[in-house]
Amino acid sequence: MHETSASHAAHQHTAPTSFIRKHVFSLDHKVIGKQYYDLALVAVFIGMGLSWLMRIHLGWPAWPIPLLDKLSAVGAPGGVMTPEYYLSLMTMHGTIMVFFVLTNAPFSAFGNYFLPIQIGAEDMAFPRFNMMSFWTIFVAFIVMMTAFFVTDGPPIAGWTSYAPLSAVGGDAGPGMRLGQTLWAVSIAIFCISSLLGALNFIATTLDLRTKGMSLARMPLSTWAWFVTAVIALLAFAALLPATILLILDRTAGTSFFIPAGLVLSDKLQPHSGGSPLLWQHLFWFFGHPEVYIAILPSIGIVSHIIPVFARKPLLGPRAAIGCIMATGFLSYMVWGHHMFVSGMSPFSANLFSVPTLFITIPMTILTLLLIGSVYGAKMRFTAASLFCLGFISVFISGGISGFFLAQPSIDIYLHATYFVVAHFHFVMAVASIFGVFAGTYFWFPKMFGRMMNEGLGKLHFWLTFIGVYCVFMPMHYLGLAGNVRRYSAFTDDYLIPLIPVHKFITVAALLTGAAQFIFLFNLIWSRFKGPIASENPWEATTLEWSTTSPPPFDNFGGRHMVVYHGADEYGVQSSDGKDYIMQTSPEKVPAR
Amino acid sequence: MSESEITLDAGHAAVLEPSPYAVQSKKLTMWLFIISDAVTFGAILFGYAYLRIGTPNWSTPFHFSPNIVNGLIMTFVLLSSSLTMLAADAAAKQGRKSSCLQWLGATVVLGIVFATLHLREWFHMFDEGWSLSKNPLGGSVQFGATFFSITGLHLMHVISGIIALIVIAIGYNTEWLDAGHVETTGLYWHFVDLVWMFVFPLLYLMNVAR
Repeated sequence: MHETSASHAAHQHTAPTSFIRKHVFSLDHKVIGKQYYDLALVAVFIGMGLSWLMRIHLGWPAWPIPLLDKLSAVGAPGGVMTPEYYLSLMTMHGTIMVFFVLTNAPFSAFGNYFLPIQIGAEDMAFPRFNMMSFWTIFVAFIVMMTAFFVTDGPPIAGWTSYAPLSAVGGDAGPGMRLGQTLWAVSIAIFCISSLLGALNFIATTLDLRTKGMSLARMPLSTWAWFVTAVIALLAFAALLPATILLILDRTAGTSFFIPAGLVLSDKLQPHSGGSPLLWQHLFWFFGHPEVYIAILPSIGIVSHIIPVFARKPLLGPRAAIGCIMATGFLSYMVWGHHMFVSGMSPFSANLFSVPTLFITIPMTILTLLLIGSVYGAKMRFTAASLFCLGFISVFISGGISGFFLAQPSIDIYLHATYFVVAHFHFVMAVASIFGVFAGTYFWFPKMFGRMMNEGLGKLHFWLTFIGVYCVFMPMHYLGLAGNVRRYSAFTDDYLIPLIPVHKFITVAALLTGAAQFIFLFNLIWSRFKGPIASENPWEATTLEWSTTSPPPFDNFGGRHMVVYHGADEYGVQSSDGKDYIMQTSPEKVPAR
Repeated sequence: MSESEITLDAGHAAVLEPSPYAVQSKKLTMWLFIISDAVTFGAILFGYAYLRIGTPNWSTPFHFSPNIVNGLIMTFVLLSSSLTMLAADAAAKQGRKSSCLQWLGATVVLGIVFATLHLREWFHMFDEGWSLSKNPLGGSVQFGATFFSITGLHLMHVISGIIALIVIAIGYNTEWLDAGHVETTGLYWHFVDLVWMFVFPLLYLMNVAR
């Protein structure tokens, strides 16, 4: 390690020339980021298709769905899905969406592409780890998809795979033989990929910041990816042993999660002495931080984009960073709030309720800071900024129901109803995806060198925004009326009057889903036919806008960027008559 | 080090912000990995505690001789290997190449002795009828399940460490790798040793027959 600056000049990256190194096993963080994005894109449309199938069945349980019997003759004889196959589709919907979309798109895809550029680095600290991280996750995805094609179909235990059903094997129902084992193996592989990614993100952020890019000057998006990487480093580390123990229960005859005397399908299970609650503890110790892994990057992306279009700095950026860190810290103390009705001591329930309510404080402050940043601004309305505003809206709508669910006495009634479905879809799934949409419309010009179509983007926003409210708002009402989740059809007397609401939701879900094809079309069409993007089309200040669109192989074409300001110098009078000052501009910031 | 690997070193210092931790990137990353791995062991040891507290008929099959004696020898061997690793690290820092390689070799040998003693004990227990799902004493099956899975996870770490040490020794010998790599691998080796300091009391000493 005695490199001199002279030898460093020879240390420049040279771009690979072979197809394999350039596009498949690429070490370039930008290619890897796009690979993550494309994987998430494939996954999200599969996950959305599954939700369509479920919604159609919920509205019209007797309707045969064309071609569904081709996917599984046993699960959907004549195209009408069995209740068990409904659960299979639900399990795969949840698993694909949480792991391969909400973790991949806002964190791994955008993080890989833009974290190094935003701090002025040439690449990630460990490009090889980075490449391995993507290809490991690709294997995990293939293993998970294989579950659709094994004899008895995908597992039915839900994305949480609650023991003992997930631990015993075929007696627990269809899909619980090979399908559930594939699920556990896939998730174990996912944990390893996540570890490699998290190590890289943290080391890169700490060690590869260019001159002048102090921690305080990093954009909010970089901060969010960094904190998320720390959360992922610890969360997936707890899920890995849990899945290993689950695989042992399923294949080696152990009984970690299986109690004695369990009778399933009229058969006494040959296990004794385990605890299903242990699985829930280990799973949710990962699972709750996981929802912050899904949402924090989107919060970072939105906090990064809003000042660009509001043309004024983010309100309280240091407070926002503090809130992101506080949320990450508290996320490890609240896992028990998923277990209020699982037989835990009611005293523990109260104990978990308190930090859960605490966690709403930093989240509320963050939301208020975002609203305050927009307040009084002459907003530039683009598809990206609309999705940022939409993010604030759905995040509040979903967050407010969290106050109810955080309290054990109310949660006992609402647990496992559509109220919970509405809550987590709004606050985690839709909010996070809105962040991804905002990021896509915002960064697409940088990633592909072409602009997306703004008209189609705005149309996509309004259809999606109205659509998700039509889908998820009525679910609060369903939940309060006692409509339980995870049922494939509603034949009980008290649920029959609610079926028209379900039909409305189904129609809304189909239309909202169809609107996503506008996005897909825009994405593919603009990639080849969009108008050429300039270096800085949004007049933003951060480093990714100081290089060409798309950036060269080493990001800055051999230049070493020097940073003089924070990320938020908007609404100022620069010497060349603009209303913003780039992070790389050495000029002094005049008083506002 | 390969061309495409960027790490914090003297050449980059002129154009980069100083790291908040004054260590090489790969060493920082090893520390991060150790934190993550500590959570993994913490979770599985939490599972052990959780099951043990909830199991009334827990079996405690170990006797001072031979089990604990064997465990003490294993502990002594592993602790010694940490010392030889320290010596290898010190030699690498001073650039004494052959001395470093000798100490790395000693560490590998001690690691292999530990793994051999461990596997011998395992096979002895298999002969007695223990397995992941069986208890020859008739009590709860959870002793075998937790014992073999936790010591198995640790043993996998030891074996990975032995392989890593051999690779590092070869790389250091051919000057493909440097003293920084020796030190970073040493961190991992000491961590595996430290984990054993939790595994030994929790899984051996707490399971001595009364």
